[in-house]
Amino acid sequence: MPAENAATPGTGPVAVPAESPLLRVDDLHTSFHVADGEVRAVRGVSLTLDRGRTLGIVGESGSGKTVLARSIMRLNIGGNVSTSGNVEFEGRDLLGLPLNAMKNLWGTELAMVFQDPLTSLNPVVRVGRQLTEHVRSHVGVSRAEARQTAIDLLREVRIPDAEARLRSFPHELSGGMRQRICIAIALACEPALLFADEPTTALDVTVQHQILNLLGREQRDREMTMILVTHDLGVVAGRTDDTIVMYAGRVVEQAPTRALFTEMRHPYSEALVQSIPRIGQRSHTRLSAITGRPPDPIDIPPGCPFSPRCPYAQQKCREEPPPLVAVSDAAGGASHLAACWYPVGTDAGRDAFARNLADRLPQTVVVAEGSEFTESAAATAASDSSEDGGA
Amino acid sequence: MRLVATLLFVTFVTFMATSLLPGDPVNALIPIEAQQDREFVEQLREEWGFNDPLPVRYGRWLGDAVRGDLGNSYVTGRPIIDEITPRLPVTGELMVVTVLLGILIGVPLGLLSGYREGSRADKAVSAFAQIGLSIPNFVLGLMLIYVFAIRLRWLPATGWTRISDSVTGNLKTVAMPAIALAVAEVAVYLRVLRSDIIITLKENYILSARAKGLTDRFILFRHALRPSSLTLTTLIGLNIAGLITGTIVVEQLFAIPGLGRRLFSAVFQRDYMMVQGLTVLLAAAYVIINATVDFVYMAIDPRIRRRA
Amino acid sequence: MADPTELQPLQEDGQAPALARSLPPFRVRVGRSLWNAFREMPWPTRVCASWLVLIVTAAIFADWIPGLQDPNYQGFLFGKGKTLDPPSMEHWLGTDNVSRDILARVVHGARTSLIFAGGVLLCGLVFGGLLGSAAGFLRGRFEAVVMFYVDVSLAFPALVFFLFAITMLNRRGLGIMTVAVSLLTIAPFTRIARANSLSVSNREFVTAARAIGTSRPRILVREIIPNVYPTLVAYSLVVAAVLILLEATLSFLGIGVPIPRASWGGDINMGRRDIAINVWPMIPPIFALVMTILSVNVVSDWLRGNAASRSSAL
Repeated sequence: MPAENAATPGTGPVAVPAESPLLRVDDLHTSFHVADGEVRAVRGVSLTLDRGRTLGIVGESGSGKTVLARSIMRLNIGGNVSTSGNVEFEGRDLLGLPLNAMKNLWGTELAMVFQDPLTSLNPVVRVGRQLTEHVRSHVGVSRAEARQTAIDLLREVRIPDAEARLRSFPHELSGGMRQRICIAIALACEPALLFADEPTTALDVTVQHQILNLLGREQRDREMTMILVTHDLGVVAGRTDDTIVMYAGRVVEQAPTRALFTEMRHPYSEALVQSIPRIGQRSHTRLSAITGRPPDPIDIPPGCPFSPRCPYAQQKCREEPPPLVAVSDAAGGASHLAACWYPVGTDAGRDAFARNLADRLPQTVVVAEGSEFTESAAATAASDSSEDGGA
Repeated sequence: MRLVATLLFVTFVTFMATSLLPGDPVNALIPIEAQQDREFVEQLREEWGFNDPLPVRYGRWLGDAVRGDLGNSYVTGRPIIDEITPRLPVTGELMVVTVLLGILIGVPLGLLSGYREGSRADKAVSAFAQIGLSIPNFVLGLMLIYVFAIRLRWLPATGWTRISDSVTGNLKTVAMPAIALAVAEVAVYLRVLRSDIIITLKENYILSARAKGLTDRFILFRHALRPSSLTLTTLIGLNIAGLITGTIVVEQLFAIPGLGRRLFSAVFQRDYMMVQGLTVLLAAAYVIINATVDFVYMAIDPRIRRRA
Repeated sequence: MADPTELQPLQEDGQAPALARSLPPFRVRVGRSLWNAFREMPWPTRVCASWLVLIVTAAIFADWIPGLQDPNYQGFLFGKGKTLDPPSMEHWLGTDNVSRDILARVVHGARTSLIFAGGVLLCGLVFGGLLGSAAGFLRGRFEAVVMFYVDVSLAFPALVFFLFAITMLNRRGLGIMTVAVSLLTIAPFTRIARANSLSVSNREFVTAARAIGTSRPRILVREIIPNVYPTLVAYSLVVAAVLILLEATLSFLGIGVPIPRASWGGDINMGRRDIAINVWPMIPPIFALVMTILSVNVVSDWLRGNAASRSSAL
């Protein structure tokens, strides 16, 4: 089958100087228009990603992280989606391209591994075909070559008995194997940028580790750039170079991962770290969940979106949304940004906390009386992650 | 197997109903004069086994039927099987052509309107399906006859040319009856496929396929069609019953020498044996076709194969 | 404002509480909700619903419509009318090949269809509904026998069975038609009723009724059946279209309603003989038939919230 997609203009290689970033996102907004109103899932996100680096995007359900990833890849398909802003990939403006042109990029330059490997694979199509159909359509290899490619890919992702597996159906395989296949599918055409959207959430804990290691290894071997989207801070620790924390469609903190864990500045990041149960805690320690719920994306209140749940919140927080600005940081320098009026670890922050505690603000009281407080918890998290990292 | 049990039961019920007829079956088989002699009639009845209990008679009939002997027509005296054999390919061809037309037209239309849900094309196609379902097949047949046979004179109004005699002639005679039947099939297949496609296109694996850069056409035909065909396949099987009814009507209207028309004339002639034979045949065909549907299921969806 | 769903205590004088008294009587509420439903319909559905109302009214009150002629009066025998007459002031839709008034025949044909469809539906609803509900509720051998009957019924294509039946019984007519088809139609109603009854029987309020010692027939009548019937009624509308089609087909083939009686299918059949000479006499019954079937389909689709032309929120 000949390559179908080669001739569309705007998708050929663009001469890009080696130092410029692979991906640049500028003030991205994505909204869904539904019967009840406008759901503003992404509200002004900007980021930059250099070649070969790994970016982690962290946030709870509804924070907009999946919509962000899909908006960058322009996989939000549906008549009611509107995306605005600027997305520059390898020097090309992605948002301006027609969808037909995007089809040339999907799979070849940009690829995504989805959350649930069971529903992401077609149940009535054999694995072998699902591995290579896009290779044949983009590159135009023969059937025999495609078959060999498929076997090589399966071996690369450590699936035993690769030749026999080609004729299997997805439901005949375990969850971990299915996700490996999804990863192999994503890597088949050697993309420059790989998105992994919650790649381990649907898997057993023992398998999660293997999959994340696989992703890391593939990225290093292929010198690929990767964006890892997850709700689990433990996943990004030690596996990503930089991390973005999202809340209610906005970036609330952005830093090199190390710095994020050792010196977090945003109360939400702090709360996320604190909510991770530690093995060293005494038994029957109460888990510290973040009180309250994320705001309804149709009807977001003014001011900082986290203020209703924030232990440090002051009146200013409820009125004015804080801008994303650089914060002082022992290690990160100018690359550590946070959107907070009273950041954690600063005098302003500590004062705000003390004032709230004196006023007996419920979320502050809960945090103060809960398990181990900020600095020691963050420090423990950082030291845990440095032991986990690596193949 | 349940199939065999159902078949047996259906044929038994038919047989039993026939045997409840008023009138003496023996009398139908012998000349009038002989009927006067009561003793002779009784003797014949004993000899020919008409006095045996019902299950025995049924068993005997079944044994004969399996070997192809369905008895003789009361009216013509000829073996029923001889009347069935030449007509079977005629009705068979009509039904096959109808289903083929239904699939060839209904599947692409269903795919199209499911893919472009809510568009004007979709609304137009759905409206057409709605109307197509509401026009009876004989009305459609009459309209076709009026336009193509009477006004335009392109096609013959009635009659049938066998394939063995002339392929083009055969096509001309099968065209209008098949279209008259196929319109309703197209409408039904289209609707069912459309709603399944709409559901399937929302699945995660379709998004995965898009993210690989595959074209929409490839995704529709090679990823979405197969998982969406289950309901359609069941429906084709279920619709055969309606199709059998339809062929009876259409054979009457277009004077096609098929099984349906023969059944009809047998009814008018009160040819009980013929009616019984044909009824059994048609009901059995229906049961068998539905069982075949189950096999097709397994071919379509590999997840079902395990439990076979 | 007080929550209207809260139970209000009875007033001391035994009257219903104030809120209940302020509602208009049931008849009026039904009438108003029908009217509201009508206003909500898109215009094609409205046209179809209006047609149905028109045709049913005409069918019921056919004998009392002023000026409607006798559908069986063959004027030409008495030198009074012409055969195959085009529409005129005297015969609004013209006359057929034996000079009967076509308009009158169409109206009376509606009556035939209505009687047939109504009769079969009634049997199906009553017998099928009862049988199925009881089967789903009582289970055991009774259920097995009932479902066996259902499976066998469904194994016979309707027309084949019908041909078989009229051969064996050697009779024709509207009555025999209705009875024979009813026998077959009970089956799908039974099946649906049983499926619904199975799930309803497992619900808590049935268990509760049993627990307080309610007798089984009473439970069946007061708890199971009222919950099963809405689905059956919705299904009836679908079956109605099929039945109208069936009656027309049978009459067209000459094995349905005997000739003198007006029937859309039968009239189409008669028009067929002279189709080359004059195609008109077939047209009004064809139109009435197609329009009625279409209207039933459209209205039942809309009632099930499933209009074919509605687009989704994608």
